[in-house]
Amino acid sequence: MSLISVKSLTRVFDVSKPWLNRVIERRAKSLLTAVSEVDFEVAERSTYALVGESGSGKSTIGRMLVGLLTPTSGRVEINGVSLATETDASKIDLIRSDIQMIFQDPFASLNPRWRVRDIIVEPVVARGGDATGLAEKLLEQVGLSALDAGKFPHEFSGGQRQRICIARALSSEPKLIVCDEPTSALDVSVQAQVLNLMSDLKDNFGLTYVLISHDLTVVQHMADRIGVLYLGRLVEEASPEDLFANTKHPYTKMLLEAAPRMDGFGREVQPPEGEIPDPINPPTGCAFHPRCPISTDICRKDRPVMRSLNNTRVACHLAE
Amino acid sequence: MSDIVLSIRGLSVEIPNRAGIVKPVDGVSYDIHAGEILGVVGESGAGKSMAGNAVIGLLTPPAHIAAGEIRLNGNRIDLLKGEDMRRLRGKQIGMVFQDPLTSLNPLLSIGDQLTETMLTHLDISCGEANKRAIAALEEVGIPGAAERIDSYPHEFSGGMRQRVVIALALCAEPSLIIADEPTTALDVSVQAQIIALLKRLCRDRGTAVMLITHDMGVIAEAADRVAVMYAGRLAELGNVRDVLTAPRHPYTFGLMASTPLASQGKARLHQIEGAMPRLNKVPEGCPFNPRCAYAQDKCRAAPAPQITDGHAACWFPMAVEKVS
Repeated sequence: MSLISVKSLTRVFDVSKPWLNRVIERRAKSLLTAVSEVDFEVAERSTYALVGESGSGKSTIGRMLVGLLTPTSGRVEINGVSLATETDASKIDLIRSDIQMIFQDPFASLNPRWRVRDIIVEPVVARGGDATGLAEKLLEQVGLSALDAGKFPHEFSGGQRQRICIARALSSEPKLIVCDEPTSALDVSVQAQVLNLMSDLKDNFGLTYVLISHDLTVVQHMADRIGVLYLGRLVEEASPEDLFANTKHPYTKMLLEAAPRMDGFGREVQPPEGEIPDPINPPTGCAFHPRCPISTDICRKDRPVMRSLNNTRVACHLAE
Repeated sequence: MSDIVLSIRGLSVEIPNRAGIVKPVDGVSYDIHAGEILGVVGESGAGKSMAGNAVIGLLTPPAHIAAGEIRLNGNRIDLLKGEDMRRLRGKQIGMVFQDPLTSLNPLLSIGDQLTETMLTHLDISCGEANKRAIAALEEVGIPGAAERIDSYPHEFSGGMRQRVVIALALCAEPSLIIADEPTTALDVSVQAQIIALLKRLCRDRGTAVMLITHDMGVIAEAADRVAVMYAGRLAELGNVRDVLTAPRHPYTFGLMASTPLASQGKARLHQIEGAMPRLNKVPEGCPFNPRCAYAQDKCRAAPAPQITDGHAACWFPMAVEKVS
């Protein structure tokens, strides 16, 4: 059964100039569509990865999943409850305690004036729970020492801080953890430690992860299902095996081709053309058509809908 | 050999502070030949940027070069001061920084910045400089260079800005370029464009490049030789294919094995336990010994052996075997 169900999720940000500027300079409002009509489902106890370049809307989706942002249209349902529209406060409260988030920068996401113990138990204490000995137990589970509970965040290295963030996320015994670039700020050897820890905890606690990352190798290693985003639209969704071996969407192909490879000694890649277009004025039809090597007239006119091809879902007119 | 552009011998950088002296770079030696890309790789705090800054004379006091020699085209440059260093910088050594927005002046158009560099270092007229600036922008692949020469940095995207910075680094035709994490702030597809551009320009002009990065994938694709740094020291130096496929230093091996690879599927990643030591607490002997699975008494007692090309700074280098 799916834990998260996202239906035609859209988020528009108003990035207009202030009212007076608009009047004097006779400018229209400018609206940035960060996420556009995204559909996906996440099965319980699985890892769903969202991958894309900067500006593809992956973090915005993550924030809407946990309720930090409200959708402009569409729904996010977690266990059948939509956080944005549900009117029964007790239901929302119940779901909220099941969701936690890990952020990218472990230096910015820990309060420097709080002791580690207080940071970790906050999700429990805030709900009036009993947190005796909880911080110490969790610290040992994430590979730190129980004695660390009395220290302050500045006494730890980046990898250790990310472990503290993970311990905090675990304290309310959540079902779902949204990880927004959990290892991008870490070095390779520390990244390996954190990824291994995340895999272990997933098995031990029966967690569901939504993993947001730009790093294809991390995604391939961790995910059960991968969604590729481009300019706020989901362009392809598949299992890692299918996505890497049997790529359908031309954007995914371009991304995989461009990613540096450890065995690519002296590889001469034909670098991809162009850059991500302006999301305020996205291209008509398929958002990828100006950079796409195989685009035809229909790509310029109609926006492709998500369709199923074997075990892959792909939004491309020409994919087969 | 005559075609050695940059030669570093026993370079040490020291920073005195209240608690004593820390050595972010300690006894590093390597050469870069003309037309060659040397990848300098390591984790944060390994001293890779510090070594690059020492070469171009951009160490921020109190950091200073404490020992060693830096030679550019055979001339010692580590003793140059003030005006002499300024003349060398930009003329003979170009620099590309990580963040293209902060390395360009937001108040000057990119044309002004390019011509300023050329007029300072080359004996040419304003008109000629302008012509060369347009040519340089065309060469780095900026469409409509003649029209965009009067644009300001904020009008360009991240990838285009990095192209401008590369044009700036190359416009005085230096013999060495130091690229410090040139693609870290960029997206994958733009990164591929910038790497391809750097490779092409250096091959065409015979410029030597010091490519500083933490990304093994970038090193594998761009570099000819690689220097692996750990805690301020060189761990391994050699041909990129040899070092990456058959690492001899346990640290290089660990780095390679902890990178998720397509071939290994969902298997657990190899872990190097612990983290890089703080620079004021570098352990005795080989700096890697507390994290090394193969460490023996000798590693704790004696500093790691001097490094030569194609070898590892390790008492017990690993047998040549392929990483899965």
